[in-house]
Amino acid sequence: MLRLEAVDAGYGPVRVLRSVSFDVAAGEVHCLLGRNGAGKTTALRAIMGLLPLASGRIRFGGAEIGRLPPHRVPRLGIGYVPQGRRLFAELTVAQNLEIGRMARGAPARAVAAALDLFPRLADRLGQRAGTLSGGEQQMLAMARALCLEPRLLLLDEPTEGLQPSMIRAIRDAVAELKARGVGVLLVEQRIDAVLALADRATFLENGRCLGTLTAAELQAAPDLLRQRLGV
Amino acid sequence: MDFGPHLMLALIEGAVLSAVLALTAAGLSLVFGVMRVVNVAHGEFYMLGAVAAWFVAAAVGGAGPAAFLAALALAPLAVCALAAAADLAVLRRIAHDPERTIVATIGLLYILQQATLMGFGPDARPVAPPFNARIAIPWPVWEEGGLALTWPWGLSVTTYKLFVIAAAAAVLAGLWLMLTRTRAGLVMRATQWDRETATAFGIPVERVYALTFGLGAGLAALAGVLVVPIQQAHYLMGGDALLLSFIVVIIGGLGSLPGTLVAALLIGMSEGIVSVFFSPTLAKILATLLVALVLVFRPQGLFGAAGR
Repeated sequence: MLRLEAVDAGYGPVRVLRSVSFDVAAGEVHCLLGRNGAGKTTALRAIMGLLPLASGRIRFGGAEIGRLPPHRVPRLGIGYVPQGRRLFAELTVAQNLEIGRMARGAPARAVAAALDLFPRLADRLGQRAGTLSGGEQQMLAMARALCLEPRLLLLDEPTEGLQPSMIRAIRDAVAELKARGVGVLLVEQRIDAVLALADRATFLENGRCLGTLTAAELQAAPDLLRQRLGV
Repeated sequence: MDFGPHLMLALIEGAVLSAVLALTAAGLSLVFGVMRVVNVAHGEFYMLGAVAAWFVAAAVGGAGPAAFLAALALAPLAVCALAAAADLAVLRRIAHDPERTIVATIGLLYILQQATLMGFGPDARPVAPPFNARIAIPWPVWEEGGLALTWPWGLSVTTYKLFVIAAAAAVLAGLWLMLTRTRAGLVMRATQWDRETATAFGIPVERVYALTFGLGAGLAALAGVLVVPIQQAHYLMGGDALLLSFIVVIIGGLGSLPGTLVAALLIGMSEGIVSVFFSPTLAKILATLLVALVLVFRPQGLFGAAGR
């Protein structure tokens, strides 16, 4: 579904990703792991077209998307939940969801389906996004991305700073998406979440790919996981 | 004339000035609010509206309402298109960087001003108002038999000035509805809040910027068209409009439409009253003093957010 081939990208003259390659299949939860500054967020931003590629290719559904204008990337069916949520805080919950729905011209039922996954938001549709609790904001960030009915969802540390009940809700939602055949590329630092959700995991270090492990290999080598994550 | 009727006359003049000022400043505030750039050429779009109105009215011919109505419809659209093209040709190339945009729009200011001088000439030229009947305003006085209405000499308003106030109010109400109730407004507000996230949700930010820049200029041009039957078109008329617009948006809060409206009323009314009773220079001094006080005690303006 998604394939990165020898991608180099960065900020101006600073190269962050160096020849990064991995792929995500439909219905797969693929974790992107590494210490702070390894290039995980940069990889997601490069996929979304928010950073220009210096070289390499990004393919989605067989088509090259690495050099598309960035606003056309979500229209292909790629949803993005950025680190820190980055909600439109002055807009209401309903308006944030509408922005997500409009991104790909999804039908109105897409909003209802997203609210089914996060029913807590249904009571807060008229509330400003910036006034929600941290967990609710994360739910809204995910629901907003789901409103475009994505084929692939990019999640950047969705459980960061959340209380356990919220973390469970986010994990349940990821599992549900996987069951629906949505591919998920997940940046995650929590080992328990990685072991519980990942079908495969790719390790990044200093912007380079160290390799990809399957779920079974991850389960067999939790120490390696701890060492690579630096926890 | 007694003080009361004299004050009423000043308030009417102030209301007309407020209406024109609110339209012009709303354009400047909209551009800053959505794009986070200061458009120094904004006054020139006001001037271009007035000048384009003269050209359209002259092309249509006659002194009837048709010439003015054609100018009212076409001049703001033409200026809107020109500004959107300027955004795409100039500001997009410098990535809407705030500092470089100031320099670029200073350049744009001189280009537009000098091009107008060459094409329009140095003379001030009027456009006939579509209607200009004078309506006498009654003034209540206490007499021996109770309250009675008198008709003080000189206390009157033209139908055209009332039209300017009504048209500005209608356009500003429409702008408010567009921003708060329509899909286009939602897209503009999302872009205003977070450009990158808006892009990640399929919003073509560069196109939104071009349309916003065009819309802001179009509002200024509309103000220019409305004012030209009262003040005449002149290639240097953008300077005062820019200064007053900045005063209004600084007091109201950059990017705040309600703040712009309140500040335009405050500045327009005070300028009308002070100009009538004292002098226009004193009105400018007081407005500048008010700006200084706002900058010292509430730099974000009366309705602006303190930053995020």
